[in-house]
Amino acid sequence: MKARAFSYFRAATIDQALDAHARAGDDARFIAGGQSLVPALSLRLQAPRLLIDITHIDELRGVRRDGGYLRIGALTRHCEMLSEPLIAEFAPLLHAAAPFVAHPAIRNRGTFGGSVALADPASEFPAMTLALDAEIEIAGPSGSCRVKADDFFLDLFETALQPGELITAVYVPLFKADQRFAFDELARRRGDYALVGCGMLATFTGERVDDIRISFFSVGNTPTRVKGAEATLIGSSLEAERIAAAQAALEGDLAPPDSDEVPPAMRLHLARVLLGRMLGRLGEGA
Amino acid sequence: MSGFDQTLLDDADETVRVQLTVNGRRVACEVAPRETLVDCLRNELELTGTHAGCEMGACGACLVQLDGRAVHSCLMFAVQADGATINTIEGLSETGVIADLQAEFHRRNALQCGFCTPGMLVNAHELLSQVAQPSREEIRDALSGNYCRCTGYEAIVDAIEAVAQARDQGGGTK
Ligand SMILES: Cc1cc2nc3c(=O)[nH]c(=O)nc-3n(C[C@H](O)[C@H](O)[C@H](O)COP(=O)(O)OP(=O)(O)OC[C@H]3O[C@@H](n4cnc5c(N)ncnc54)[C@H](O)[C@@H]3O)c2cc1C
Ligand code: FES
Ligand code: FES
Repeated sequence: MKARAFSYFRAATIDQALDAHARAGDDARFIAGGQSLVPALSLRLQAPRLLIDITHIDELRGVRRDGGYLRIGALTRHCEMLSEPLIAEFAPLLHAAAPFVAHPAIRNRGTFGGSVALADPASEFPAMTLALDAEIEIAGPSGSCRVKADDFFLDLFETALQPGELITAVYVPLFKADQRFAFDELARRRGDYALVGCGMLATFTGERVDDIRISFFSVGNTPTRVKGAEATLIGSSLEAERIAAAQAALEGDLAPPDSDEVPPAMRLHLARVLLGRMLGRLGEGA
Repeated sequence: MSGFDQTLLDDADETVRVQLTVNGRRVACEVAPRETLVDCLRNELELTGTHAGCEMGACGACLVQLDGRAVHSCLMFAVQADGATINTIEGLSETGVIADLQAEFHRRNALQCGFCTPGMLVNAHELLSQVAQPSREEIRDALSGNYCRCTGYEAIVDAIEAVAQARDQGGGTK
């Protein structure tokens, strides 16, 4: 199928992009990598009258240190998550997640900002912003602000982003020497969306967990932090019984949606298996 | 293509002139914004080696090189490519950079109907230009977005592996 006719505008600055969107009202969409938007247009799930291409806006590019954060520009492509040394060093959880995002050619075009803006509950990166306690920088007609990932994902494909607002960058606290991370997912086939996926970041004193953030994807309407499981692990040294307690706590943390393909009980079981594996690895220093 | 113009909103069917460097030649064409790059290549430029299968990013038949990287030409509009450098399977064939891959695909029956083959070759070419000696696992991973309905993949993986080894021993055409 083909997209319905639309006009195209290539923005050179953030202001131009915001201005164009404001003038077009609800009838415009920003296009970044287009790896989700183009199929949606082709299927006519969406039919805006104006596409605003943001990929030529230099202000949205680049990865750099900014105080205690790594500032990752919205246009950073998925393949750059794999190749950019600053990401490997200061946001290794994103580096670990990147090979699981779609296929190589899609990673060559898809952008980090686009993935976070779309907030697909089955996507890797939105969930990782939660595990990382990242902040999302948003530019809108009334100025710019930063929103914590905890406050960003509201419901199915619904975020704190208002129509006409742009994600300009994501700020990720720099990875520290006393931290460990783990990422994994269960999928039917490499490159497919996960049945269940998870990323975690923990801060240790010796072998004791001082703080841990665990985020699941593909188990609900939004990426989901499992606060009950996190709480059972604080102060532990990831002993077998504490891991079992965290696995049990998932029952209260997760509410997998009903689906014919994967019944909720099975998804919850897979989440427990994945959590157990990953905490085991974290205990071994992974 | 710069400077916002309110009239853009009023005539959604107008065509846009895009300039591309395709297979080493500078070309210009008039496209409607809704025209995908694969349609532009096939219909306007008559480069029909790039195939349109699913038109959803799932099958990989439409892969081309855009500014040196493999991308799905069904997942972008031709207007977005304005100013870009594109190599299609025709260009990669003419320059001979994939002659060894093509020969090996032929030798090992890594194709039957050939519908998926241009995309497989573009993908294999990119893989080998980034990783000189990929493992079979890495080859499979790289091809995970390419569907072939005929061969069952084993021969395709064999062919790519054989070319990687031959190039390593200096026997490739690279
Ligand atoms: C076959 C296939 C398999 C895939 N598999 C996976 C997978 O396993 N995991 C995964 O995570 N993704 C997967 N994807 C999606 C892909 O990773 C996309 O790249 C990503 O979801 C969206 O990024 P994009 O830059 O392409 O955004 P686009 O498609 O350009 O835009 C997506 C949405 O976000 C908006 N948007 C984009 N950028 C911004 C911004 N900076 N500010 C505000 N709004 C913005 C757009 O208006 C649009 O509504 C897959 C896609 C395909 C086609
Ligand atoms: S036609 Fe582009 S991926 Fe199938
Ligand atoms: S050779 Fe026929 S689809 Fe691959």
